[in-house]
Amino acid sequence: MTSIEAQGDKHRAERQAEAHGDQHDDGHDHGSVRSYLTGFVLSVILTAIPFAIVMAGGFESRFLTAAVVVGMAIVQILVHMVYFLHMNTRSDEGWTMMALIFTVVILVIVLSGSLWVMYNMNTNMMPQMNHEALGLGS
Amino acid sequence: MAVPSDIQTTFLLGRLDWNAIPQDPIVWATGVVVAIGGAGLLWMLHKYRLWSYLWHEWFTTVDHKKIGIMYVVLALIMFVRGFADAIMMRLQQAIAFGGSEGYLNAHHYDQIFSAHGVIMIFFVAMPFVTGLMNYVVPLQIGARDVSFPFLNNLSFWMTVGGAVLVMMSLFVGEFAQTGWLAFPPLSGIGYSPYVGVDYYIWGLQVAGVGTTLSGINLLVTIIKMRAPGMTMMRMPIFTWTSLCTNILIVASFPVLTATLVLLTLDRYVGTNFFTNDLGGNAMMYVNLIWIWGHPEVYILILPLFGVYSEVVATFTGKRLFGYTSMVYATVCITILSYLVWLHHFFTMGSGASVNSFFGITTMIISVPTGAKIFNWLFTMYRSRIRFELPMMWTIAFMLTFVIGGMTGVLLAVPPADFVLHNSLFLVAHFHNVIIGGVLFGLFAAVYYWWPKAFGFRLDPWWGKVSFWFWVVGFWVAFAPLYILGLMGVTRRVRVFDDPSLQIWFVIAAFGAVLIAIGIAAMFIQFGVSIARRDQLRDETGDPWDGRTLEWATSSPPPAYNFAFTPVSHGLDTWWDMKRYGQTRPRAAYVPIHMPKNTGTGVIVAGLSTICGFALVWYIWWLAALSFAGIVIASILHTFNYARDYHIPAEEVRATEDARDRQLASAGV
Repeated sequence: MTSIEAQGDKHRAERQAEAHGDQHDDGHDHGSVRSYLTGFVLSVILTAIPFAIVMAGGFESRFLTAAVVVGMAIVQILVHMVYFLHMNTRSDEGWTMMALIFTVVILVIVLSGSLWVMYNMNTNMMPQMNHEALGLGS
Repeated sequence: MAVPSDIQTTFLLGRLDWNAIPQDPIVWATGVVVAIGGAGLLWMLHKYRLWSYLWHEWFTTVDHKKIGIMYVVLALIMFVRGFADAIMMRLQQAIAFGGSEGYLNAHHYDQIFSAHGVIMIFFVAMPFVTGLMNYVVPLQIGARDVSFPFLNNLSFWMTVGGAVLVMMSLFVGEFAQTGWLAFPPLSGIGYSPYVGVDYYIWGLQVAGVGTTLSGINLLVTIIKMRAPGMTMMRMPIFTWTSLCTNILIVASFPVLTATLVLLTLDRYVGTNFFTNDLGGNAMMYVNLIWIWGHPEVYILILPLFGVYSEVVATFTGKRLFGYTSMVYATVCITILSYLVWLHHFFTMGSGASVNSFFGITTMIISVPTGAKIFNWLFTMYRSRIRFELPMMWTIAFMLTFVIGGMTGVLLAVPPADFVLHNSLFLVAHFHNVIIGGVLFGLFAAVYYWWPKAFGFRLDPWWGKVSFWFWVVGFWVAFAPLYILGLMGVTRRVRVFDDPSLQIWFVIAAFGAVLIAIGIAAMFIQFGVSIARRDQLRDETGDPWDGRTLEWATSSPPPAYNFAFTPVSHGLDTWWDMKRYGQTRPRAAYVPIHMPKNTGTGVIVAGLSTICGFALVWYIWWLAALSFAGIVIASILHTFNYARDYHIPAEEVRATEDARDRQLASAGV
C-alpha cells in the first residue's frame, strides 16, 4: 500500500470514529442549558409582545401593528436559528451559512417575484374581482 | 367551489365500484395483455425461485449501485409506457382529418396527452437522472455509499409507489384530462369531478417525497463524503452538476408539494385557493407551479451536461477545456433558473414591464449554456476523438440541442411568444431540448457507464442502428411540428378540419415509427449484449481509458467500492494515478463497515401507495389505517439497532486477490 492511500484510510477511520464515538468535535455547536434558556426566554418575550399588542386592540394605524408583528416574527426566526438550530458562520465549514444565504435569496426571489407578478395579473386581468365592492367579501 | 355532495360513496369502498373499469376496447385489450404478461412474469419468478433472490439482493438493498440500477430499470419500463402514449397521439392526429374522428374519443385522448407528459417527466426523466447520480456520484467521489443508505432505498420505493398509482389509473378509474401540470379551474372539482386529477395529485405526492429525500441524500453525500484531498474545485464535473441539481431539487420540490396540497384542499375540503369564488385565483396556481417547473427543467438537464463533459474529456483523451468556467456556468444556471419562470405564461397578462424582465432573464440564461457548448467544442478541437457510442450521442446532442436552444431564445421574446404560445412550435421546442438534451445524454450515460455497472460493453452494431433511427426519427417526428406551429396549429388538438395539414402529421407519425425502431433496437442491443457478454467482457474496469475515480475500481465494483479510500491530488484523479503509475494498495486489509439491508423502505412505500389509492377513491378508513401504518413502521424502524455490519478483512482480501488475478489475465 502506498503511503498516500494509507493516509486516506486513516482519515476515513478517524471520521467514522468521530461519527460513532461520543466526541462532539464534528463541526457542530451543541449549545448549553444557558443558551437554550436564553433562546426560550427571548422567544417568549418576542411572542408575548405582539400578542399583547393585538389583544389590546393594536395601534392607531393597522399598518404599524402589522409591521411590529411581522418584525417580531422575523427577529424570532433569527433567535430560533441561533439558539435552537445552533447556526453560526463556522458550523460545518460554513456550509450552513451558505445554505442559509441561498435559501434567503431563493425566498426573496420567489416571494417578491410572486407579489410583483400577481399584482400585475390581478390589475390587468381581474378588474372585476374587487370583492368588497361587489358585496362578496363576507 | 364547494365539493359536490352528490357523489355516491359507500363506507367500505368509497366511490370505487364496477363503473371504475373503463368501458374502452383499447384499454381492455391493453389490460388483457398486461394481465397475461404479468402472470407469465410472476410464474417465471416462481418457477426459477427468484423471489428470495430479488428480495434479499435487490428490493431491500441499501447499496447505492443496485438502487441506481433499479431506478434506471423503472425509468426504462415507464419509458415504454410513455412512448406508447406518444405513438397513440401521433396516430390519432395523423388520421383524424376530413370528418374522421380518429380512433380515440376525447375522454381517452385527453388522458393520453396528460399521462404522456406526467410519465415522461416524473417517471422517466427523473428516475433515470436520479438513478445515474446514485450509481456514479459515490464512485466518483471515492465513497462507499451515500450518506443515508436506508433513505435511498425508501426514496426509490416511494418513486415506484407514485408510478404504480399512475399506472393503476389506466385500469381502475381514469387519469387526469388536464395536461401534465393540471391547471385549475379545469383541474378543480367542478370541472374534473372524477378520480383522474386525484390520481395525478397522489401519484406525484408519493413520488415527490422520494425525489426530495433522494435530493437531500445526494446533496449531503457530495458535501460530506468526498475522498480526502478532493476539494470542491477538484470534483468531477458530473459530481458538480449533480450537486447543483440536488440543490435545485431540495429548493424547488417543496413548492410543488405545497401547490399540490393547496389544489388537494380545493378538491377535498372545498377551500378556494384556485377557484374564481371568494377571492380565489387560478393564476396563482400557474405562478406557483412554474416556480417549481422551471428549476425542474434544469434539474433534468444539468446532470446530463455533466455526462457530456465526462464523455467529451474521456473520448478526446484530454482534460476538459475550461473546467472552472464550466463550474461557474453550472452555478449561474442554478441561480438563474429561479428567475425565469414567468416565460411559461407571458400571455396570461402580467403586462409589458414584467414580461420584458422575464424575457431578458431568459435570454441571459442561455449565455452560460452557450459557454458550456464552447467548452466542449474547445475540448474536442485538435484532439483525436474516438467515435464510440457515448461520443456519437454527445455529437448528436450538440447539433440537436443548439437548435432547440435557439428556438427557446426565440420563444423568450414576448411578442414572438404571443404568436407561438400553446402551439405545436412550443411542443417541438421542448421535445427538441428534452429529447435532444436529456434523453440523448441519458443514452450517452448508459453506453458510457454500462461496462462499469455490469462488466461488459454494449454491442456497438445494434447501438449504431438505434442511434441512427433515433436521431433521424427525432427530426422527422418534430420538424413537422415546428412548421405546423408556425402555421398556427395549437397543441392537444384531437381532430382537424384543414386537410392541407394532414401530410405534416403523417410525416411526424412516420418519425415516431422510426423512433420506435430505435427503441426496439436498443432493447435488442441489451439482449444481444447480455447473450454475448463473454466476448464483450471488460476485465480492466477501465474500458474507455477514463479520467475519474469510478474507473479505478473493478467492473462491477465490489459492494464496498474501494478497499482503501483513494486520495485526490487534483482534477481527474484516476488519470493522475495512471500517469504516475500508482499501484493498487494491497495487504493490511481491515474490516469494512457497511450498512445492512432493510425491508422498511418497501413496507413504508407500499403503505404510502395504498394510502394514496384510498385517498383517490375516498376510502377513508383505509387511508387512516395505512397512514397509521406508515407512522408505526417508521417508528419501529428507529428501534432497529442492527443496521450495520463489517465485511471481514479476509473477505476483502479474497475479493481484492480475485481482482489482482483478473487484472493480470487482462494484462494490465
